[in-house]
Amino acid sequence: MTTLTKTEGEKAPTGPDSFLSVRDLRVRFSTEDGIVKAVDGLSFDVERGKTLGIVGESGSGKSVTNLTVLGLHNPKSTTVEGEILLEGRDLVTAPEKELEKLRGNKVAMIFQDPLTALSPYYTVGRQIAEPYMKHTGASKKEARARAIEMLTKVGIPQPESRVDDYPHQFSGGMRQRAMIAMALVCDPDLLIADEPTTALDVTVQAQILDLLKDLQQEFGTGIIFITHDLGVISDMADDLLVMYSGRAVERGSVREVLRQPKHPYTWGLLSSMPRLGADVSQALNPIPGSPPSLLNPPSGCPFHPRCAFTGEVPGDRCSTERPSLGEGRAAACHLTAEQKQSIFIDTIQPRLR
Amino acid sequence: MLQFLIRRLIGAVVIMFLIGAFTFFLFYTVPQDFAALSCGKNCSPENLAVIRENLGLDKPITTQFWEFMTGIVAGRDFATGHCAAPCLGQSFSTGEFVWDSILDRFPLTLSLTVGGLVIFLIVGLGAGLLAAWKRGTVADRAVSGASIVLSSFQIYFLGPIVLGIVVYQTGWLDNPKYHPFTENPLTWAAGMLIPWVVMATIFTAQYTRMSRSTMIEQLQEEHVRTARAKGMKQSYVFFRYAWRGSLIPIVTILGIDLSALLSGAVVTEFTFDLAGIGRLAVDSSLTKDLPVTMGVMLFGAFFILLLNILVDLVYAYIDPRVRLS
Repeated sequence: MTTLTKTEGEKAPTGPDSFLSVRDLRVRFSTEDGIVKAVDGLSFDVERGKTLGIVGESGSGKSVTNLTVLGLHNPKSTTVEGEILLEGRDLVTAPEKELEKLRGNKVAMIFQDPLTALSPYYTVGRQIAEPYMKHTGASKKEARARAIEMLTKVGIPQPESRVDDYPHQFSGGMRQRAMIAMALVCDPDLLIADEPTTALDVTVQAQILDLLKDLQQEFGTGIIFITHDLGVISDMADDLLVMYSGRAVERGSVREVLRQPKHPYTWGLLSSMPRLGADVSQALNPIPGSPPSLLNPPSGCPFHPRCAFTGEVPGDRCSTERPSLGEGRAAACHLTAEQKQSIFIDTIQPRLR
Repeated sequence: MLQFLIRRLIGAVVIMFLIGAFTFFLFYTVPQDFAALSCGKNCSPENLAVIRENLGLDKPITTQFWEFMTGIVAGRDFATGHCAAPCLGQSFSTGEFVWDSILDRFPLTLSLTVGGLVIFLIVGLGAGLLAAWKRGTVADRAVSGASIVLSSFQIYFLGPIVLGIVVYQTGWLDNPKYHPFTENPLTWAAGMLIPWVVMATIFTAQYTRMSRSTMIEQLQEEHVRTARAKGMKQSYVFFRYAWRGSLIPIVTILGIDLSALLSGAVVTEFTFDLAGIGRLAVDSSLTKDLPVTMGVMLFGAFFILLLNILVDLVYAYIDPRVRLS
């Protein structure tokens, strides 16, 4: 079972299963216009062999969080606070040398667009072999054999000859397979997949998702799966974290969050999603307004300017007090549990049919 | 690849022919009796007729052009002897075979060009890389500032200043002079050092700025980030991934700059009073010595075309997408 039980800001010892544990992470960029709070007090855990889904709009801090885990942010303009504990070791304070040894080895990453994420100047085989040589000390020959083995595993036909191809000779789906082969070449314990299927068409997307699930079963890899596609996440993840404006607004198991969402933002996300078998005459319900500026986030609950239910909360708590995210299955909202229940049943659920 | 080379070579031949034709006929639009120029003062009509015949000036212009062009491939016979292929004709004023005078002066121009090129590439790209690596630091600002100042200099301005200080004031170096490389590489380098540095300075600044900006651009590329995400060392990512990509625009600009480099060599030759090809070209057009001008034009064009093909090959080497398409 996933232990999504820690409250924000709490520095609890990580459980025996918790491989990665992020505690009260705050990431700020200094820009010419001011300070951007890209991530503001985020906590989550990932276990070996499980998948944590992170959903949210563009600019909600999903990608930044995960780049920060690997230390891939620009150190000059970024300040990182909080803890990122990998097997108990804090990565925020770890020196670059130590991070280098972790990247591609214990923690690997798959990026969104395999066209731009692979170097056009080197063969696919070399790009897969490189981290293997670096982290295991394998010879060129061994690394090449390993690259062929990995290409076979991810389902590239004729891997012996394809290993010497350049990325531009691969199709989009094959490039993403090569990217996955590259990420898994050192058997990482944690794989961060940053929208790995967004740039692919639907049939290829399904293949890639199946591949990731198969490989996860084989290697027991923990996965952080970042996406804004709720359909994909319901298929992939065990647990789900909904992010808004650099904060977690709701968390729980995928089933709980998608079946009985408790946060108005999650309601909005689900209502704005088209469904097969839905009444075609019924319009989609997009969330009004636009994502908040991270330079100057709204006071109180960051979602309050777009929330339809602020009137249900007594006083002006929504615009003055930031709701905290409780333990375990929780949503950061000032509505009471009963209010959430009745609004969901009366207003939201009919829209989801 | 081979097909590409053949296509480029055929293209080069066509371009050379067009340049030759253009130069030739342009020259004849100038109303001028070349034989009279060659004969000098107190020229008797008989002498004039002989010279005219010797130089082939009594034939129609098209025939002269044809003879000139075939001479390049097959060689020609003049009254003074056989001119072996590639024959670029015979100078009107000195009677020397043009090919010989070009070969005579070419080593100097080649030394000047290649030396300047090597210096500005090493210094320019190196400084640009340093600035990109240390972006935002004092080193970056110093390099960027210096490159703006230096790029506003001109060879004929900077040349005399350097000469004045290094040669006349302090006597650290002798006046620039060409010594063949085969004789003594050290004196060769010492003789060319000042022209190299002055010429390179003008180009260095531009390449510094370019390599800095393309490098900074490349460092933000996603595939560079992927390389870091794989755990590759920062210096490895910098040189193997980012630099490789940033070389592409640099090589492209270099291909365009090659002709500027040759004209830079001409100005440099004049500035330091060196007798190279550029000198030959200017002198010959002042004395209306058609074969020499033609020869130098064609030779220069050939040289630039050759270097351009070389640049394309380098380009294909750097970027596999070019190689295979």
